[in-house]
Amino acid sequence: MKLNIRKIFGNKVAKENQDEFDLSRFKNVEKILNEIGGLSRFTNNFFRELFRPPYEHTELLKQAYTIGLSTLPLIGITAFIMGLVLTLQSRPVMAEFGAESWLPGMVSVSIVREIGPVITALICAGKIGSGIGAELGSMRVTEQIDAMEVSGTNPIKYLVTTRVLATTFMIPILVFYSDAISFLGSYIAVNMHGFISFPLFINQAFDALHYNDLIPATIKTFFFGFAIGIISCYKGYFSENGTEGVGKAANSAVVISSLAIFIIDLVAVQLSEIFNIFSF
Amino acid sequence: MIEQKENINNKLINNQEIVIQIEHLKKSFNKNAVLKDINMVVNEGENVVILGKSGIGKSVLIKCIVGLIYPDSGSLKVFNKEIAEMSSRELNTLRTKVGFIFQGNALYDSMTVKENLEFPLRRNKTITDPHIIDGLIVEALENVGLVDTIDKMPSELSGGMKKRIGLARTLILKPDIILYDEPTTGLDPLTSREISSLILKIQDKYKTSSIIISHDLNCAKITSNRMLILHEGVIRAEGKFNELKNSNDEWISSYFKTD
Ligand SMILES: Nc1ncnc2c1ncn2[C@@H]1O[C@H](COP(=O)(O)OP(=O)(O)OP(=O)(O)O)[C@@H](O)[C@H]1O
Ligand SMILES: [Mg+2]
Repeated sequence: MKLNIRKIFGNKVAKENQDEFDLSRFKNVEKILNEIGGLSRFTNNFFRELFRPPYEHTELLKQAYTIGLSTLPLIGITAFIMGLVLTLQSRPVMAEFGAESWLPGMVSVSIVREIGPVITALICAGKIGSGIGAELGSMRVTEQIDAMEVSGTNPIKYLVTTRVLATTFMIPILVFYSDAISFLGSYIAVNMHGFISFPLFINQAFDALHYNDLIPATIKTFFFGFAIGIISCYKGYFSENGTEGVGKAANSAVVISSLAIFIIDLVAVQLSEIFNIFSF
Repeated sequence: MIEQKENINNKLINNQEIVIQIEHLKKSFNKNAVLKDINMVVNEGENVVILGKSGIGKSVLIKCIVGLIYPDSGSLKVFNKEIAEMSSRELNTLRTKVGFIFQGNALYDSMTVKENLEFPLRRNKTITDPHIIDGLIVEALENVGLVDTIDKMPSELSGGMKKRIGLARTLILKPDIILYDEPTTGLDPLTSREISSLILKIQDKYKTSSIIISHDLNCAKITSNRMLILHEGVIRAEGKFNELKNSNDEWISSYFKTD
């Protein structure tokens, strides 16, 4: 039996509720589409300004330096614990199968292929993304971006291209650093139950790695970096409604870049799978 | 031939050129019609003060002049060139000739005062000699009487100092037109008067033409050559300070009541 809303609540209520519901649903879709359109236009602007002189080397280096330096300790600690814990957790299972000697290899593959890039990128999305979102957002609401524009400087060029390039090239470097520290953590964990020399550990770890692991994993980190940079800049650059907007910009910079990281990761895994099928 | 005719049109009786000419300018944000039909001119070497209630669209109007906001329709000419028809390069060139003092100063808060002043200079002039740049920075700071703040961060400055640094940052490019957005708002009467006389001094020294937006009657009295009152999207009144103040129209003179 079908429930007749009209009969229960009266004609008017049912109609109003329906209208409201439909409207809000379309508004959300419209909002998301608008956002995607805006981001694509912004990306387009970014590429146009990227190849047009003058180039802002000084600002680029400054940004790269700040990004690297500000995240180094956090990534170091996280990566160390990650390597340690991953090894400790996997050990009993591996021991059950009598495959303890494969422990370094297994850990290195999971770190290099997946955990290192994704965790590092997520930390960067949190730390760098929110920083960029808030910085550009407050520059927008205090009219500093307008001031740049009227003093004859293209703010997209000066603020956005430098930051996006800096994240694009710094995040791969940070991922290498994070992988290395994770190996160190893993080595210590392996040595908690027995002894294995460092060269042997490294040998075992690298034996398990192939170019098929390294190359796609490295390529995707550039995309992670680019996504973090462009999304955070976009949210900050177009923030509005005063100080409240700055908080929102920082917040959505983190949320959307984190989401983008997972989506890129998914696509990257699919693509590298296809690539693997063709190469063998 | 046509060009010549235009030039003649643009000459005023006392041989002054029109530097800014606005005709039938309209701008609305969504359904909020802010500017409905603005017609005004600014002559060379003239200080025009715009009065108007808060939120009436004064800032929007002068932002249109530097291309920060694009009007919906109407004509807006600066130095006889239509803003809407300019390429981005032309617009940049124009912007170096038009200084803009923001209502909230808009100093770059990650840079020192010196870097704030250097920023427009390094990007627009072809000067690379650090001695000349330093010289220009010191000159601009001397103009506003704040040479000793050169290595400070904007957060270490008081509101009045920030206003003056904002002014110095604009002056450093030696603009022909300066647009002041409420240069004295939020300052004590003494500092306000200092800034007002600074505006006069700049007009005199660099022969600039300016639009000054202000609620401050003292500032208006000191700086204005001519005043406009913006109300509900149109320029409702125009005249010299004393003319408007002593106007028979209740509505106009109400802007000048101090009690
Ligand atoms: N970017 C914008 N988007 C939407 N509305 C805007 C925008 N800028 C200004 N407005 C609206 O235009 C109107 C005029 O704003 P404007 O800042 O020009 O006022 P004002 O005359 O300068 O006021 P005040 O003296 O307080 O500075 C306001 O109602 C404001 O809400
Ligand atoms: Mg204003």
